[in-house]
Amino acid sequence: MNTIGATLLRAGRRFVSSLPALFGVLVFTFLLMRVLPGDPAVFFASGPNAGKEEIEVIRRQLGLDKPLPNQLVIYLADVGRGNLGRSMMTGQAVAKDLRERLPASLELTLTALLIALVSAVPLGVIAALRPGSLVDHGVRLFCSLGVCVPTFVSGLLLIYVFYYLLGFAPDPTGRIDIFTTMPPQRTSFLIIDFLLAGDFEGWSAAARQLMLPAFTMALFVIAPLARITRASMLVSLGSDFVRTARSVGLSWWRIVVTYALRNAILPVITIAGIVFSTMLGANVLVEKVFSWPGVASYALDALLVSDYAPVQGFVLLMATIFVIVNLLVDLLYGIADPRATVA
Amino acid sequence: MTGSDSTKALLEVENLKVTFSTRRGLVEAVRGVSLSLAPGEMLGLVGESGSGKSVTGFAVTHLLDKAGRITDGRIRFKGQDITRAGGADLRSLHGAAMSMIFQNPRAALNPIRTVGQQIADAILAHRRLSRQEALAEALQLLKAVQIRDPERRMSAYPHELSGGMCQRVMIAIAISCSPQLLIADEPTTGLDVTTQKVVMDLLAHIAAERGMATILITHDLGLAARYCARVVVMEQGRLVEEAAPLTLFHRPQHPYTKRLVAASPTATSRIEDLVPDGDGIPLVEVTELPPPPHGTPLLLDVKNIVKRFDDGTIGVADFSMTMRGGESVGLVGESGSGKSTTSRMICRLIDASEGEILFDGQAIGQIPARDFHRSELRKDIQIVFQDPNDSLNPRYTAFDCIAHPLFRLMNMRSGDKMRRRVEECAERVGLPRELLSRFPHQLSGGQKARVGIARAIACKPRLLVLDEPTAALDVSVQAVVLQLLNKLRREDNLAFLFVSHDLNVVRMMCDRTIVLRTGAIVEQGESRALFANPQTDYTRELVDAVPHIAPPVALQACPV
Repeated sequence: MNTIGATLLRAGRRFVSSLPALFGVLVFTFLLMRVLPGDPAVFFASGPNAGKEEIEVIRRQLGLDKPLPNQLVIYLADVGRGNLGRSMMTGQAVAKDLRERLPASLELTLTALLIALVSAVPLGVIAALRPGSLVDHGVRLFCSLGVCVPTFVSGLLLIYVFYYLLGFAPDPTGRIDIFTTMPPQRTSFLIIDFLLAGDFEGWSAAARQLMLPAFTMALFVIAPLARITRASMLVSLGSDFVRTARSVGLSWWRIVVTYALRNAILPVITIAGIVFSTMLGANVLVEKVFSWPGVASYALDALLVSDYAPVQGFVLLMATIFVIVNLLVDLLYGIADPRATVA
Repeated sequence: MTGSDSTKALLEVENLKVTFSTRRGLVEAVRGVSLSLAPGEMLGLVGESGSGKSVTGFAVTHLLDKAGRITDGRIRFKGQDITRAGGADLRSLHGAAMSMIFQNPRAALNPIRTVGQQIADAILAHRRLSRQEALAEALQLLKAVQIRDPERRMSAYPHELSGGMCQRVMIAIAISCSPQLLIADEPTTGLDVTTQKVVMDLLAHIAAERGMATILITHDLGLAARYCARVVVMEQGRLVEEAAPLTLFHRPQHPYTKRLVAASPTATSRIEDLVPDGDGIPLVEVTELPPPPHGTPLLLDVKNIVKRFDDGTIGVADFSMTMRGGESVGLVGESGSGKSTTSRMICRLIDASEGEILFDGQAIGQIPARDFHRSELRKDIQIVFQDPNDSLNPRYTAFDCIAHPLFRLMNMRSGDKMRRRVEECAERVGLPRELLSRFPHQLSGGQKARVGIARAIACKPRLLVLDEPTAALDVSVQAVVLQLLNKLRREDNLAFLFVSHDLNVVRMMCDRTIVLRTGAIVEQGESRALFANPQTDYTRELVDAVPHIAPPVALQACPV
């Protein structure tokens, strides 16, 4: 009870101390967008022949004629009220756009992370148990390939093999094919919504759609997770307490899992948190290749046409998620390591 | 030794050879060791680091690192050859028939598992019980190793327990399945003398009560003498001598044993006696300096310093002391007594919360510790740290290490003057010139200790604060280093503030001794008088806890 309280207190303190950083991100992105070349008023004018007057009118409508500090104050006030602005591209409120697209990204990223963890941790453990062996080198080769091949290449390869050659995978466009009836929205995670609705046909369609992009992403992050698992397993296996466990004749399974792995998993949690945050933002390539309607491709589209509000909204969202993920990692750490609450 | 009583012996080791494959090729760590152990006997295995004593222990229990391999010899346990035992055989031996206790008990326990669970794990490895029954038995074991408040300690994690407590838990784990053989590898190294005594007494008691044969592996001759009926001395992987402890210590036969016995500080030894042939450093003729003229100000005057930590605990409460130039004062006490904190406040590495420190009449207590390196007096107060490995920058050569304070404090730019000074310092501490270009990892423990001392004396300080300078060294190296320090002190009229837990060392090195307990002075006075006739119970307890070798008079009474 006491430890849980201490962990929560620590997490709360971390959260408060990350607020200034969030504010900094907000201001920085705002300024960065203004510095980048490209004038949104020109982009969104009716056509290439639009007159000066028309552009001037749009500029006034957007509030871009005001001095920069004024714009910043107005923006901050809006964000404070929960208004992230309106996207010129979609014509919708940015908050609404993000809310619609975030679940798609989260679903993809979480599945990919799960796949990565489930394969990377055993791979790392096997490699650590036989360092220098053929298995170890095999794992190393697999990991290197995963990192060396860019995601859009491995994504295209997977599509070529599983969709074009073998025909296992469905048409790699979007979260679900357009003829499937959508389940009632509850969590916005399609595979969960289908399950809740009891529509197993729809569920398997959504899951099949999800597999290729998720594996593409997982391939890229298996390497860091497997390497850190291997490294910290090696430390764990060489530690004094594993020797103690051997000296009293514990079973192999108990030594490797309860004694070594449970101690080795702590750095893996940290890396998993970082990897997750990175994946969420950096998976734009995967989203593009598989036409996945996620937040990252949305932000990229907006950036290309100098649509300020969505980019700023996206960066703020990412920063917030990063803070939340770090908090979660902290909480997990507190549960996994009794020493963490002391510090 | 072997052969004749093979039917009775519990453990027989014949011509054991262990080889490690390292980056520099094969290294033979044990080169033909034979010994035997009767049931219930306690055998001391004594030697310095690198002697192969621990490797022998690990080879017997088959817990060698992957790089180590038994290349020759035979290990028989209860008449059964276990030299090549593996897999399931080993698992049934480990814990149930033979178990081990390790050095550094806190690291030897799983940090994220409660001690109750860990003891239960050991029980369940060999017996068919429910988890509940195993936990109940674990509680009984915690009571058997005399842990206070055992019910509450069951759910404690190792980091919540002291080192001594962790070693008791380790003992509980080791005896949980009543093995007939227990190998204790430096079980009390790193523990306080008083804790060492309690843990060793407990271990001896449990071994006697359960009829468990024990091999005590230690570098401490005194400890082996106190608890073992038979002592075996090892050097460089070979057995050099075997005898009853008293015979061994008073009539050593082998030259190595002679040197080792001489180097072990006892209640009566003097610095000069530690290295009998003076083969470490040439002893220089020392001329006693005349006492300072009357009216010379005190070198150090510490008035009522207090250290309060951020969490409110008091590290040091109201500590006062004075020192004259050239005097050596010892600071002793158990861990947590505040002796290191006190020494760090005096050498201005941390700030005192209250109180005044006068050095040579100047108040230095008010200068914040983080700014003291800019003070004129920094070069007058220098420090020799405990761990010669961690206190040297691994990217600096020995030359750089010694030159660094010259550069920072004496403003010496690189050049002939600096080189001469560094070489002079190296020569004074007996560090060969060709070693100056080496990095710390290329030096031995004793050589690193010399670099640390050379660095400290480079700026010609007047006060040297020594924080357990020899705690990490082998006794024979310690003997040489102590002699060296003593020589330097006399030559330069250096004042020493000597922090140590080893009372025998302090007695030899220091004119006066201050005994600390929980941050307060318990007793102080002239060293020999204080140790010969302690006035307080606490000091008496400390003095009694030091394992010592009985005087030769007892030799006749002892059956050999």
